[in-house]
Amino acid sequence: MQKKQNFIILFVLIYILNACKKEENFNFINHEALNPVNADTNAGTWLPILLTSPTEFSIAVPMPTNNPNYILEIQEIKSRQNIKSKKDEKTIKYWSSGSILRWNEIARQLVTKYNLPPFQNPDGTYPIPNPANPFAYPTFPFSNPPYAARAYAYLTAAQYDALIAAYYYKSLYKRPNPKVSNNTIEELIKVTKGYCYPSEDAVIAGASVAILSLMFPTEQAYLQDLANQVMNYRILVGANTNSDLAAGFQLGKDVAGKFISRARTDKAGGSLGNAAVLEQFKQNAIARGDVPWQSLDIPSRPGLLPLFGQVKGFLLDSLEVVNARPGPPPIVGSVQHTRELEEVLRYSKNASAENMRIVRYWESGIGTYTPPGQWNAIAATDFVKERYSEPRWARNYALLNLAMFQAAICCWETKYHYFNARPTQIKPEIKTLAGMPNFPAYTSGHSTFDGSACSVLMHLIPKNSGKYTDLSNQGSESRLIGAIHYRSDIEAGLAIGKKVGLKAVDRAKIDGAE
Amino acid sequence: MKIKLLSTVLVLFSLNMQKLDAQTDIDGLMMSKNILCSGLIFGNSNWKNYWEGDFKRTNGNIGNIITNQVTFMANYGLGKNTNIIAMFPYFSTKATQGTLIGMSGFQDINLLVKQKIKDKTIKRIDWSLLTTAGISSPSHRYIADYLPLSIGMGAKTAHGRIIIDGQKNNFYVTAASAFILRSNVTIDRDAYYTTHLIYGTKVAMPNVWANNFKIGYRKNADRFIEIIIDQQKTLGGFDIRKNDMPFLSNTMNFWRMGINFKYQLPRSNSFSLVGNIATTLHGRNVGQATLINLGVFFQTSLKK
Repeated sequence: MQKKQNFIILFVLIYILNACKKEENFNFINHEALNPVNADTNAGTWLPILLTSPTEFSIAVPMPTNNPNYILEIQEIKSRQNIKSKKDEKTIKYWSSGSILRWNEIARQLVTKYNLPPFQNPDGTYPIPNPANPFAYPTFPFSNPPYAARAYAYLTAAQYDALIAAYYYKSLYKRPNPKVSNNTIEELIKVTKGYCYPSEDAVIAGASVAILSLMFPTEQAYLQDLANQVMNYRILVGANTNSDLAAGFQLGKDVAGKFISRARTDKAGGSLGNAAVLEQFKQNAIARGDVPWQSLDIPSRPGLLPLFGQVKGFLLDSLEVVNARPGPPPIVGSVQHTRELEEVLRYSKNASAENMRIVRYWESGIGTYTPPGQWNAIAATDFVKERYSEPRWARNYALLNLAMFQAAICCWETKYHYFNARPTQIKPEIKTLAGMPNFPAYTSGHSTFDGSACSVLMHLIPKNSGKYTDLSNQGSESRLIGAIHYRSDIEAGLAIGKKVGLKAVDRAKIDGAE
Repeated sequence: MKIKLLSTVLVLFSLNMQKLDAQTDIDGLMMSKNILCSGLIFGNSNWKNYWEGDFKRTNGNIGNIITNQVTFMANYGLGKNTNIIAMFPYFSTKATQGTLIGMSGFQDINLLVKQKIKDKTIKRIDWSLLTTAGISSPSHRYIADYLPLSIGMGAKTAHGRIIIDGQKNNFYVTAASAFILRSNVTIDRDAYYTTHLIYGTKVAMPNVWANNFKIGYRKNADRFIEIIIDQQKTLGGFDIRKNDMPFLSNTMNFWRMGINFKYQLPRSNSFSLVGNIATTLHGRNVGQATLINLGVFFQTSLKK
């Protein structure tokens, strides 16, 4: 009897546990299908970021809807719909949530994938990812937080400008949706009322493939596949014909080209600096009477992107960046420094489970989409609820990411200007709850990102102001309770971040979208 | 009546895995009816080398990962052929280099039933067939997503195991094979990367095969010495990428070899010492841990 019981127990347990482990679709978040409250058909009149005019890049005049070639394109939709497969349904479910949202998630995935610091050489030096040979180890890029902030900014800004041009041409050419031309077409999603030439999804795909291929050159084939998938989907659901898509994809690429030219000359390429640059920063800190920063990585690793503070942002010029720099951090040995060091030590010694959870939630360290990615994720959740049109998604993401890119620049300028030590460098007994970042302490990068995101999101969705304030405060404090930052670092970072964010808000007020 | 005791209670655990793997689960011996054996095991694990996939390396930013643990363990003879075993460990971890803080706390509560299915003597070899079935659950929501310094994996588990033991004179061999099911684990982050980015807090944990082979000499159930080979194979999971942090749902495989002993103190029917030392021969996404464990056990009859 006992023998039988044992086996029964075993099988019941296995059954229960297997049931608990029901397959979840981990591949993408299921969002509601895009169904904008306001179609924003006037988006062609909004203020672009780099384009001098929405007509800067021309597109072909669309053929009339009675043109035999257009009628063939309409037929293509119908034949495509006749052979719809299970896989197609999954594709529809995925892309119907909106292209800006999906490309943003794709960008976050790429940042995560490439956010790994290079492994050292046998002699203890570190190899540097080489954009000219991106496939060789260490693969290019190392998408650390400043790199990621810049990538998100170029992606979203190019998407936004490309959509302005697209909406201008939509209003100019007024090509009706396929179903209006031929009412036997089935619309498998809720197609936004308005005009379909050029396709906004293709414009977004063209801009996204171009920018992300620049930022993640080893992923070009993957990105092109995704673009083909989304354009195929637009035909399948009866929302666009081939000519809408071809014109849109080219326009998106053209607009992105302007951003790519800018990116090639925005000084990011030189932000790696060199040993002499780092030595100069070190001497500056010594001259100020402070203890200069030292890498705590073993083996010692050159500080991350020492000249990123010179990169050309979109909201402040280089002089404004210098002027925005906060006053110096407390010097090691000063009363305030001693007090702040003790505070960090207290957090290290009394690391509660709750504190650890907060630190882990916000850490966004290696192998993650970084703090700017985390704010893109937070924004995505709320933007979905606001039911934005594609151009408004693009515009709001662009404002958020221009702010965080500028925040990264201001923060890095400050970090290397003061070149101060992390708490653990001064007091090695301070153990940290988060991985130790390999750059100076003041100001906290996370806090600067948090402040800038908070300002922008509060402006965009005022009813969530309390939530964004709480989140940004918690994100910022997570660095102090994680024992990797002083209170001065997080307070100054949050304050500068908020100011930088307001620069994006200034832009939002005059861009014609409000 | 000769008391055939549950023998060892040696705890083997791998440090990337933080998995309790008590000797009792996998031996061919049973506790007699109404006898309670309980005690504490003190364990230490230490590793410097680890594997990222196939790539064996060290890491200056963690140095050695040292884990100490104390486990309370009890085994009760419910019937002649049925034992109930409970284990509850406390773990403490630290890194000898770098800045990362160590963690400590009570880990998972383990409960299992062990049964002897059959005894048979074939050609003067005494064979036994046994099974175990058990469950484990984190005793509280400790932070699992902090490898290699978390105190555990955070998953609920259930296992089934078959054990075959053969003895001739004082020499014996034991083979055990277990299938361990692991539940999803909820982490504190909103997204994580495996071979792609996953937007969600639920981590699907791959299941595990755990196999052991032992050969040894036993005077009786209370005094023995044996050589053990352990193999763990994760069914699924993924490799740690170069210079990435380890993650809960990594493939964590290893081969280990060690020596176990149990020694009942002379002139005492109640106290015994157990011990073990083991080393990791080869692994994948785990530390090359060296393990040392020592335990003290007390047995008593609960029969009135």
